[in-house]
Amino acid sequence: MTDLASAYDLAVIGGGPAGLAAASLAARAGLSTVLFDETPGVGGQIYRGITSTPVTNRAVLGEDYWAGAALAAEATASGALIATGATVWSLDPSLQVGVSIAGRARLIHARRIIVATGSLERPFPIPGWTLPGVMTAGAAQTALKAQGLVPSGRTVMAGSGPLLWLLAAQLLRAGAKVEAILDTAPRLNWLRALAHLPDFALSPYWSKGLALLREVKAKVPVIRASSVEAHGDGQLREVVADGRRQPADLLLLHQGVVPNINLAMAAGVEHRWNERQLCFEPMLDQDFGSSVPGIAVAGDGAGIAGGTAAAERGRLAAIAAVRALKPDAAAPDPQAIRQALQREEMGRAFLDWLYRPPVALRQPVGETLACRCEEVTAGQVRHMARIGCEGPNQMKAFLRCGMGPCQGRLCGLTVTELIAAERETSPAEVGYWRLRPPVKPITLGELASLPIAEAERKAVER
Amino acid sequence: MARTADVLVIGGGIHGCSTALHLALRGLKPILVEKDYAGRHASGVNAGGVRQLARHLAEIPLSIKSMELWEHIEDLVGDDCGFDSHGTVLVAETAAELADFRTRVDDLGLRGFTHEELVDRTELKRLVPSVSGHCLGGVVSRRDGAADPFITTQAFRRRAVEKGAEVIEGVTVTALSRIGNVWRAETSAGPIEAPKVVNAAGAWADRIAAQLGEPVPLDVIAPMLMVTSALPAFIQPVVILRGRKLSFKQRANGTVVIGGGYRAQPFRDENRTMLDWRALAQSAKTVWEMFPVMREATIVRAWAGIEARMPDDIPVVGPSSTSEGVYHQFGFSAHGFQLGPGTGAMMAELIATGSTNVPIDGLSIRRFQGGHG
Amino acid sequence: MFRRLDEKGATLLLKVDGQEIRARDGDTVAAALLAAGIKHIRTTPVSGKPRAPYCLMGVCFDCLVTIDGVGSRQACLVPVREGMSVETQQGKREAGR
Repeated sequence: MTDLASAYDLAVIGGGPAGLAAASLAARAGLSTVLFDETPGVGGQIYRGITSTPVTNRAVLGEDYWAGAALAAEATASGALIATGATVWSLDPSLQVGVSIAGRARLIHARRIIVATGSLERPFPIPGWTLPGVMTAGAAQTALKAQGLVPSGRTVMAGSGPLLWLLAAQLLRAGAKVEAILDTAPRLNWLRALAHLPDFALSPYWSKGLALLREVKAKVPVIRASSVEAHGDGQLREVVADGRRQPADLLLLHQGVVPNINLAMAAGVEHRWNERQLCFEPMLDQDFGSSVPGIAVAGDGAGIAGGTAAAERGRLAAIAAVRALKPDAAAPDPQAIRQALQREEMGRAFLDWLYRPPVALRQPVGETLACRCEEVTAGQVRHMARIGCEGPNQMKAFLRCGMGPCQGRLCGLTVTELIAAERETSPAEVGYWRLRPPVKPITLGELASLPIAEAERKAVER
Repeated sequence: MARTADVLVIGGGIHGCSTALHLALRGLKPILVEKDYAGRHASGVNAGGVRQLARHLAEIPLSIKSMELWEHIEDLVGDDCGFDSHGTVLVAETAAELADFRTRVDDLGLRGFTHEELVDRTELKRLVPSVSGHCLGGVVSRRDGAADPFITTQAFRRRAVEKGAEVIEGVTVTALSRIGNVWRAETSAGPIEAPKVVNAAGAWADRIAAQLGEPVPLDVIAPMLMVTSALPAFIQPVVILRGRKLSFKQRANGTVVIGGGYRAQPFRDENRTMLDWRALAQSAKTVWEMFPVMREATIVRAWAGIEARMPDDIPVVGPSSTSEGVYHQFGFSAHGFQLGPGTGAMMAELIATGSTNVPIDGLSIRRFQGGHG
Repeated sequence: MFRRLDEKGATLLLKVDGQEIRARDGDTVAAALLAAGIKHIRTTPVSGKPRAPYCLMGVCFDCLVTIDGVGSRQACLVPVREGMSVETQQGKREAGR
């Protein structure tokens, strides 16, 4: 990337709705802006493949998806530098960004940073979840959006949450077959969700959600299940739900999304446990500024609220950056945006309670793997916690969970919850990994290729 | 009502835990106070080198004593600590370096130390087949090896408790003063009194020394390390370079730890560090040139510990110069891990009997007091 | 496990463990492998068990392959190119291959 400068007013990390909206607004207000996304295009997960999808029949992905096209176009035309295939591996309190593009590493400085790295699916640790043939629902959705691929064999979906139903509808509209949906949301969730139903009924998701459920249930058997297992020898052969066996080639798991916090945490941003959403989220002010001056977190990474809310948050964070760096610049009035955001966030509580994943599927036992990378079982983690290991960072040193390439992304919440359960305390008390850069692995070659001025080189040699 | 003990050990790194264990083995009752948890800082996050090679003369006796304990570490602490021994090799890239090494090995020999052995290009290639062809030879210390630093520190802590030590974590010593015949430490969890005190407070030890009227020029440093994803075994000894900063070792699980002393920026009162990526890039370049086989390795993690460095790169070990009953055991300048077992044993002997056979005069705190040594 | 909704779009050829497979311009390496019916693409360093892509969004690291000689690449983030050579990773990455 030869036109990448070494300094910008604003660096936006993540090209989903929050990042695109933020970069667009800031660039139009006159800030020199760069946006980094590690995938080959923009859109994040929700608008994955928005500029290149082979699925041209708009009815398949639905109008909510296609709304992303305007965001992408706006950002591209805004004057911001949009760098795709750009993996950010470091962010620190000095606002220095370490990024790799096409095999070479660069250090970029920005006066303001907006972290918009979105969310990822909550871990779904069941027996056999590492078998080939078991994937996340999000993976199937990405394959559909970005490459126009649909499952070809016997497909079973399992879990809970709006995205599960949305994906099922999209797959059906694309002509794929889904054998069954195993609904793991506990019935009792309704008791807590009911109190928030009035708010949700006022939000646009109410009618959309009902229509989606009807569409899917008309074509796919939906079976309640409190336990799910994937069986097979080196490859998925069958799914077992509450003891009932079903042959399957593909099992798609989903029990909600959680903020993707690795970059923000590694940069020193303080986080706290959100008991309603059962995840860690950054502590932010009303402009999405974090505990590290100059770093804001927007989008689902700030707390799960969906794609439209993400764009609003991105705009608000960008307005704050513009006001700080170019107070005379023309920037939209945040009031209207805050009101739109409030409307989007209404009804969130209902969804959070209704689809709250059951304890059994968040806190596995026995031989079920808690850490996929290092193949550490739930039983091992529980045992260590019982005999005195108080937190995930000590657990790392004894069992190596969290030390693999995913850097704890797929086991962090599980490990924290298991320690809390065994030690009869709360995830808030137990805490999370002590994360630090690089948040994505970099090759020795990429790091060795970092441009170093002669003067700097002399300074570091003893 | 103050807690009492025979000895108050301040700091739960390898040195504090080792001293606490050895005191307990001698039938004394130590209380160890640690502000975070045992092994939280330098002791738990270093490269794990168990090295006699390339030490300052003043450290060598402690190093030899320590190595004897390392070789039976499981007997001492009930855990093998991940220790294995394939030697450390100091590689010479130039003829001038090799000549320097020869001089050193000869000098050590004259003093009766035979643990360092000069090797030529052929022997170097036999010991480290993957090292770059431009290397001319080096020095090997065959007894050396590596261990897991956090597991080791925790093992010392655990065995100390089993043998009767009390370990209090998450508690900071805020003041130290003499009351009659005992030392009284104010802590965030109440006062502790003991006739003897060991200052093993690592990067914070200068504060204790200052309170005792014997300030020291301690520099807080944050040496950085990187670790790769697992690679098939290709190197057994630990490799270090003198001219360019590198320490390099492959663990049993296949991951490779790359160190060498490039520094991050420490914030010792916030328990955090900020990595210097330009310096790590230099480290990466050095590995690139020394070990072509590593050229596609992936760096999975980088970190830095908070450590104390003394201006002469050797620790402060021995009795206080101002305060009877107080002993110092800090300032290990990024190479204290291997010294942990032996220094703790020596310190316990010193405290329990009043003297030790291990020569430690060269490590006295008096050397910072103008003209004393 | 996966099929394409249609066959439109430019195709190109990749080598996977020496075998040629057809991919579509716009595929990521992981998508191309899934569309070609490749069942597993690596075995774990710890126990040698087979793995296939799990998340397709760059967080699970189960899609690690060697691409054009550079190992531990996340196949779900790398777009395919004509003539690309992909090797599935068995256990520990071989340095210097």
